Amino acid sequence: MSSPVLNVHRLKTAFATDDGEVTVVNDIDFHVNAGEVLGIVGESGCGKSVTSLSVMGLLPANGKVHGDIVFKGENLARASDQKMRSIRGNEIAMIFQEPMTSLNPVFTIGSQLIEALKIHKKMSKKQAQQLAIAKLKEVGLPRAEELMKDFPHQLSGGMRQRVMIAMAMMCSPQLLIADEPTTALDVTIQAQILELMTKLNSETDTAIMMITHDLGVVAEMCQRVVVMYAGKIVEEADVVSLFKNPKHPYTVGLIRSVPDMRGKKERLYSIPGNVPKPGSIQTGCQFAPRCEHAMERCFQETPELTSLAEAQKVRCWLYVESKGEGAVDRTIS
Amino acid sequence: MLSYTIRRVGQLIPVLLGMVFIVFMMIRAIPGNPAQLILGQQASKQAIEELTKQLGLTEPWYTQFVEYMKGLFQGDLGMSLKTRNPISDELWPHLAATIELAFVAMIIAVIIGVNAGIISAWLQNSWFDYGVMLIALIGISMPIFWFGLMEQYFVSIQLDLLPTTGREDVRAPIEAITNLYLLDTLIQGNFSQFIEVVKHLILPGIALGTIPMAIIARMTRSSMLEVMKSDYIRTARAKGLKMPLVVYKHSLKNAMIPVVTVIGLQAGLLLGGAILTETIFGWPGIGTYIYDAISSRDYPVIQSGILVIATLFVFINLIVDLLYAAIDPRIKY
Repeated sequence: MSSPVLNVHRLKTAFATDDGEVTVVNDIDFHVNAGEVLGIVGESGCGKSVTSLSVMGLLPANGKVHGDIVFKGENLARASDQKMRSIRGNEIAMIFQEPMTSLNPVFTIGSQLIEALKIHKKMSKKQAQQLAIAKLKEVGLPRAEELMKDFPHQLSGGMRQRVMIAMAMMCSPQLLIADEPTTALDVTIQAQILELMTKLNSETDTAIMMITHDLGVVAEMCQRVVVMYAGKIVEEADVVSLFKNPKHPYTVGLIRSVPDMRGKKERLYSIPGNVPKPGSIQTGCQFAPRCEHAMERCFQETPELTSLAEAQKVRCWLYVESKGEGAVDRTIS
Repeated sequence: MLSYTIRRVGQLIPVLLGMVFIVFMMIRAIPGNPAQLILGQQASKQAIEELTKQLGLTEPWYTQFVEYMKGLFQGDLGMSLKTRNPISDELWPHLAATIELAFVAMIIAVIIGVNAGIISAWLQNSWFDYGVMLIALIGISMPIFWFGLMEQYFVSIQLDLLPTTGREDVRAPIEAITNLYLLDTLIQGNFSQFIEVVKHLILPGIALGTIPMAIIARMTRSSMLEVMKSDYIRTARAKGLKMPLVVYKHSLKNAMIPVVTVIGLQAGLLLGGAILTETIFGWPGIGTYIYDAISSRDYPVIQSGILVIATLFVFINLIVDLLYAAIDPRIKY
């Protein structure tokens, strides 16, 4: 197993609002190994994006980070603005959900691509342009030379996301954070983008932190998965164990709500209820109100993240005493 | 861009023709016989009839219009009823005085207004922001005649720093070449006179520029706030760009699109509506000139004045439209 490139320890992100401090990410631990693809999964509003913005240091002004975010020996949670800037876009890069609005409409693709090279690598304009053209070709864009002079509105959504990926890869970062990179794209383009990211991951030593709510993306790309619910990690496992042997009732619910192609025309499962609003944290397990296995204890005490097997951890009372022999229905329908 | 420019300039022709026609018809719709006005109350009926014929007013309106257009193409705006001088000779010095004053006022308004707006947005909800917005509110609400008088009282009379009225030192009159005195004194290389002209411009320039400055500052601030929330600004920050570069490059160019419209409108208003400032500061501008013409029912002068101001407005709009296309690559007709 390779060494972790990013190590997040007891990360807690809170926002100061008019109604007091609201904790969105609550005490999470995870790591990303060099060169691997880590999936972070969960419904909307569970704190995935805030986690990624905390790592990037791009939270809005009212956001505050506690805990440690250690990247190559440097604690980003306590790094100076200047230090953060030298890492951002250089050693850690990010791709966003909305390719349609993530490129600046009034600058050419070329000028937006070479910016990072000019500041981080102190490259001349000409060198930077050549590298940018090479990167555009690498992400599978035809007629790269002409594209450099085009404006974002002249490109389709899929092309723009490829440009975003090329832009993120400009400085060959050690870590690429992809925040739902395929959500806004149509299905065929989604597959192409995932294929491209898998290719880049295998050809370079860039680790990817893939934030998604789509288990299909996880199955396709990730080696390890972290499942988040209401700002906490509820399960952490390698991808095979997660799909074969999901432990947490929430993970089981997520997997059951993926449509199955093999016949069985029945109503698609959905987890009852909604993600609790950040700030409306109740005692006990946050998932208990929606959980079919909830016990008395679940509403009173918060379970800890417990190791079950090698590389599988779960935060659920079902597994605390019985060590994995819980009542959870393990069949994946 | 070139074909857009040509097309946009081409669109001016019908606009200008229509404008000339409307102004021409409006003046003729006003009751009263110009010949009567010229000759006065005591004139004989015969004399009036003769002059009416001499002025071409017995011809049908379309013949008159054609004659008028022919004159316009030769730069002939007709003759003032009051002074019996060709209007084109009289009008230009006044127009030049107004253009010079409006130019200075807009320079002050744009430089201070845009920068104050940018920094306010950048430091949103800071004391600087509150201060700028308070001053802008006062600037918009303050009556210009009161502010002009206060300037004269404190700066000119109490502190004796700047002249109260006029365009030049009457003891050392400026030899007019273009009638734009800033330009004239520079052409003549007379630096002390140039300083004198600048001194005369400061107070009326500030008085006239205050309202546009306040409007521009507020517009820039709200536009910048909107832009700085957008996804592409997050992308720019994710690249590791410094805040000044994010604000002044990535945000400003996008935020300027609505601001340019406001600047154009304000510039047009200043050219036509500076009568208060011109009166207070004894500025021999086009506002005063038209005001005098209206008082003495000098119809040809009124007509020419309206025409010139409307034409300037049309040309400012042309410049605004061309600036749009230069700023925003998505605009292509």
